[in-house]
Amino acid sequence: MSEQRSTNLKIRRGGPEGPAQYEHFNFAFEDGQSVLDALRWIRGNRDASLAVRYSCINANACKECVMRIDGRTGYACTTPLRPGEMLLEPLPNKRLIRDLVTDTLPPDERLIVP
Amino acid sequence: MAQYLETDVLIIGAGGAGMYAAIAAAEAGVRVLLLDKSLIGRSGATVMAQMTVAAAIGEEEPDDWRFHLKDTIAAGRGLVNEPLARILCETGPERIWQMEAWGVGWARKGNHIAQAHAPGHDRKRCVYVDFLNTGPASSRILRNQVRRRDTIRRISDLIVTDLVLQDGRAGGAVALHLESGQPVTIAARATVIATGGLTSMYDRNSASANMGGDGFALGLRAGAELIDMEFVQFFPIGHLAPRLIGMDPIMWDPFRYKLGGRLLNGNRQEFTHNYGAPEDGRYVVTRDAATYAIVREVAAGRGSPHGGAWLSFEHIADEDLRAAFGPVIDRLADAGIDLTKRAIEVYPIAHYHMGGLRVDDRLATTVANLFAAGEAVGGANGANRLSGNAITEAFVFGELAGRSAAAIADSGATPDIREAAGPYLAEIEGARGRTGPGPSPTAAIATLRTLLQQDVGPFRTAAGLTRAMDGIAELAALLPEMPTGASAAFNQQLADWFGLRNMLLVAKSIATAALARTESRGAHQREDFPGLDEAWTHNQVIRLAGDEIQLSRGDVRRLAPKALAL
Repeated sequence: MSEQRSTNLKIRRGGPEGPAQYEHFNFAFEDGQSVLDALRWIRGNRDASLAVRYSCINANACKECVMRIDGRTGYACTTPLRPGEMLLEPLPNKRLIRDLVTDTLPPDERLIVP
Repeated sequence: MAQYLETDVLIIGAGGAGMYAAIAAAEAGVRVLLLDKSLIGRSGATVMAQMTVAAAIGEEEPDDWRFHLKDTIAAGRGLVNEPLARILCETGPERIWQMEAWGVGWARKGNHIAQAHAPGHDRKRCVYVDFLNTGPASSRILRNQVRRRDTIRRISDLIVTDLVLQDGRAGGAVALHLESGQPVTIAARATVIATGGLTSMYDRNSASANMGGDGFALGLRAGAELIDMEFVQFFPIGHLAPRLIGMDPIMWDPFRYKLGGRLLNGNRQEFTHNYGAPEDGRYVVTRDAATYAIVREVAAGRGSPHGGAWLSFEHIADEDLRAAFGPVIDRLADAGIDLTKRAIEVYPIAHYHMGGLRVDDRLATTVANLFAAGEAVGGANGANRLSGNAITEAFVFGELAGRSAAAIADSGATPDIREAAGPYLAEIEGARGRTGPGPSPTAAIATLRTLLQQDVGPFRTAAGLTRAMDGIAELAALLPEMPTGASAAFNQQLADWFGLRNMLLVAKSIATAALARTESRGAHQREDFPGLDEAWTHNQVIRLAGDEIQLSRGDVRRLAPKALAL
């Protein structure tokens, strides 16, 4: 029931400047664990500098963790991990801020930075 | 040079309470700046709540706010701030009807609003939005109401790092803009703390990542007092495994009571009777007894694979499960959980904080021009919160805090806090860009969560609390050197550093108060001091003197008995 398997996450890193860079992270997971679970584990245990939006973690209520997963738009929190390589990228149609974070705020909720 | 913003009322935190405060302040005619460290109206506790809201609207059966108040006071085990609880219960119906008028869509039964009978209530009192949609629907309505008022300016991704005092009064705040990494100064005539509780400081919790106790630390450092910090409410059978997304982790409770779900240890045996609480096939073990039995059984090495207890509905017929769970059974099936074939794992999870900022009946803190709203307020629920009161409190205290802050902000000039903000801006500059060895604040937060769950959780001892204090001090000693990363844009490691700084102060407050209270009452259970001690029927108050936490006693505020008479 709780058989451990392993995934290899290929994650687009960096900001809008320069060519795309990809970094790989291995994560051993149990059935039911989500892409967000792996990303939070990476932040806590491998690389705290990884930028990824989330707040509610469990509820799929905040909708913050939207990204490209294997080329399709989805929520990291509701996408189950699977063995093998998974490709994680920021949304292509939004302004890239850093790593997996894009500008997804409603325009009237942004701070205008001079 | 930091960007400088000005407003009449600054509201920190845009969950249920913060949004309601913004609406009320705007209605009173002042300018509002509503901030959130994540997204407006999408973070915090309200949006995640799937259960019910208590208010004596008397739709299901005759009711009166005094009955609701009696139940609230009884649940609070002698420590309820009764005037505050009165505001909660007396004004609750107004807020429920206002939300109804705004279109929240409380579930109906025939031609009236449906009210459920939740534990601890003397009658059917709790409204909800189907199906398990109370919090999301409430948040959506409040977001709409906020959006349509153009005197409310909203800013997401803005993390307040400190409040700024001017002439002894709250004059606004200094914040870190997560996206750009830029510091921001915000001058305000009045400030409302609506940052929610602290349950994400525990390893096992039902919270969003944002519920890290920020407002308590901001308040303390600005000179405000906290009350009842030792009372953290744990929910006995929170969901532990298998991984389940999109469901409230406290959802199992009503089904266990309704259907008779069995609690089993890792050997698949009933065990609560070993702790004086036999299930006897009736499954009515109280919450505190269930919490105790599960924690002890796991500690004795007889836990389920993920370190909890099994909750089994396998003995219930398929059609009975379907009738009770409704559409939830399909959502569970989507997650690969067939309750007829497998048990799930549960464990006590941090759910709500009774303690918080000490306020008067206008929700003014002990610092002039600083107010609190929602779960950040301490006292209204005493030592134990009655089920259904949390969202009511978000609405009622949000509205009142917004109104009170607007009344102060209506006159006088906006303070010039450029000079007073200087040291706090320097602190942001000093914290950023640190590289090198040492645990990341992100990893240290995980360490702190484990430590608090273990020793400042549902059951406490002097030895455990002392161990926790030592662990907190060790992390605090490492804090100044912890790496915050080189990135300017969206640097969550830096955000985590400020979050951890707050958490350490708040954790110390909880542990200090818990160590001092040598009795067991409500959510504070001392294994070395079992049983309630009448001599402890008073609140504990915390303030900060320099870096030291000072603990003192406060008398519980009572109402005259005639206020409760019908």
